[in-house]
Amino acid sequence: MYSYSQFDKEFNQQRVSQFRKQVERRVEGALTEEEFRPLRLMNGLYLQLHAYMLRVAVPYGTLNSAKMRMLAHIADKYDRGYGHFTTRQNIQYNWPKLTDVPDMLDALAEVDMHAIQTSGNCIRNVTSDHFAGAAADEIEDPRPTAELLRQWSTDHPEFAFLGRKFKIAITGSETDRAVIKAHDIGLRLRRNAAGEPGYQVIVGGGLGRTPMIGKVITDFLPRADLLPYLESILQVYNVLGRRDNKYKARIKITVHENGIDTIREMVEERFKVQRAQFGGFDQKLLAEIETQFAPPAYVNASLDGFNAAYAADGAFRSFVDTNLAEHKNENYAIVSISIKKHGETPGDATSDQMRVMADLAEKFGHDELRISHEQNVIIPHVHKSNLYDLYKALVGADLATANIGKISDIIACPGMDYCALATARSIPIAQKIAVRFDELKLENDIGDLKIKISGCINACGHHHVGHIGILGLDRAGVENYQITLGGDGSEDAAIGERAGPGFSYDQIVPAIERIVHAYLELRDSAEETFLETYRRTGLTPFKAALYPETKIAAE
Amino acid sequence: MARAYTPKVLTANRLIEGDVVYLNASGEWVLFHDQAWLIEDEAVANTELAKALKLADLLVGPYLANAEMKDGTPIPTHFREEFRTKGPSNYIHGKQEAQ
Ligand code: SF4
Repeated sequence: MYSYSQFDKEFNQQRVSQFRKQVERRVEGALTEEEFRPLRLMNGLYLQLHAYMLRVAVPYGTLNSAKMRMLAHIADKYDRGYGHFTTRQNIQYNWPKLTDVPDMLDALAEVDMHAIQTSGNCIRNVTSDHFAGAAADEIEDPRPTAELLRQWSTDHPEFAFLGRKFKIAITGSETDRAVIKAHDIGLRLRRNAAGEPGYQVIVGGGLGRTPMIGKVITDFLPRADLLPYLESILQVYNVLGRRDNKYKARIKITVHENGIDTIREMVEERFKVQRAQFGGFDQKLLAEIETQFAPPAYVNASLDGFNAAYAADGAFRSFVDTNLAEHKNENYAIVSISIKKHGETPGDATSDQMRVMADLAEKFGHDELRISHEQNVIIPHVHKSNLYDLYKALVGADLATANIGKISDIIACPGMDYCALATARSIPIAQKIAVRFDELKLENDIGDLKIKISGCINACGHHHVGHIGILGLDRAGVENYQITLGGDGSEDAAIGERAGPGFSYDQIVPAIERIVHAYLELRDSAEETFLETYRRTGLTPFKAALYPETKIAAE
Repeated sequence: MARAYTPKVLTANRLIEGDVVYLNASGEWVLFHDQAWLIEDEAVANTELAKALKLADLLVGPYLANAEMKDGTPIPTHFREEFRTKGPSNYIHGKQEAQ
């Protein structure tokens, strides 16, 4: 776990005291809302439908128990006793008072946390694989690079006023759990034929109004070239990127309009100049950062208890089979805690649940926690001998839902229950789908299926890359839900295809049910996943199931 | 013939708490939509909006929202405004707590 340097701490505290004074001036009336708005956004404070919302960064999704406990404390003291984990590995508080926010930020600074880079047209909080540092398939832990990027990008004057927000995601595995192809820049750690470390760099991905899968700008960038290369990309973006139209300002449009080859040539031209300015200090820093991400001191213990419990307790077995992922140490497991019990709000955790997860991470998990972009919490390093005790504690805290990767493990953005930009609600749709499939007892039979829901075209709920994507719209003053099928946020990233006309609030769950039943009939075996079936059959049979009346009309 | 004016309520968020408020007929900012002043005259609505825009130490983002009279109380005509009168649908938080 990276701990902040004196410089980081002072910077963080300074920001809070500046913001405290800005809030005071706003309340006294010395600042108008127009003047204050960019200042509060720079500190993660939004005004939503019913109240303010404070968005707190969890850089690259990594936490320890002290940080998690502070998040719980803040939820109790300044909010409504819960927090909402988002697809950007942030946590959002939905009910703070403006005048409490400086105190909340002070409390966060005590544990080296903040709300910087969670808003505005800057390089945002870098996101990463939530299994980073633990995954069996990982080539290297991506978090030291993510931390280097944080230090490089925070308050970087050249990139504080970009044409638009800029999101970077990084993974250290060939399996992409960080959706790197749907980011402005996606990085994948890899090694070349000589075994030297470097990065594949993907640029121009993004969801929103114009969804795009990122394009490879270089397949292998030597490690030491990373920062000058990224600076070159950002400089080219700053030169070519459009500022005349907000909807055309993201780098995905720049790449699309100019072509990846032109962008590559220009970046390489810039790079010659930029490279000379990096004398190796960044690499020294990276090496220092790496020491702080050393793997935990793994323990040895007998697995007999685990094996016996696995054989004897069916509910535990189902939890293990569904919520665990393979760890690089074969005696360990990565435990995903679903904060998506059927019928609950995806991504919400109460302060009590946060404290339980903090305690369990401390007791059984080398004091490490992660937040996933799929809005769950992960304890990445659990020795298998501790799994049964951990599981029982989760059961006690109502946190043992075994649905990771399943149809009820839904991503849903806050939608019109909170978000001022929303065109429809998303949370209640997620709740209803989860409850319905739980009633049908079909969840395990259906297997891996990712549903992702956004409450407007901004696509914070990643609906374009959902196997089933749902987009909530306002059609003539009524909520209407558009379905896309076949999206994929993995290394084989794909944008889902529009299935046809949208459905009303009351009709969307039955529509999803028809799609799922069509899949169960179409699949060639129980092993063929929804996405595989969809790729094999295409949209047509699903469309027929979704719109049976059109078929009848055509006959 | 002049286009009929859709009646409006004047609404905003409160600066400190952030919660939704409405202007009532006595010129006070109240929490509940059913107590709001349904303004049927366009010129009056615009004058009131201009006044509200000056209350920077009390309000954020005042605007006029469509509404109509039903059984003697003003109700919103769009679902977004209806949600603003209550709070979120996943918890009994916000205004609906008091309702
Ligand atoms: S997708 Fe739209 S509704 Fe959902 S959180 Fe993003 S901006 Fe808000």
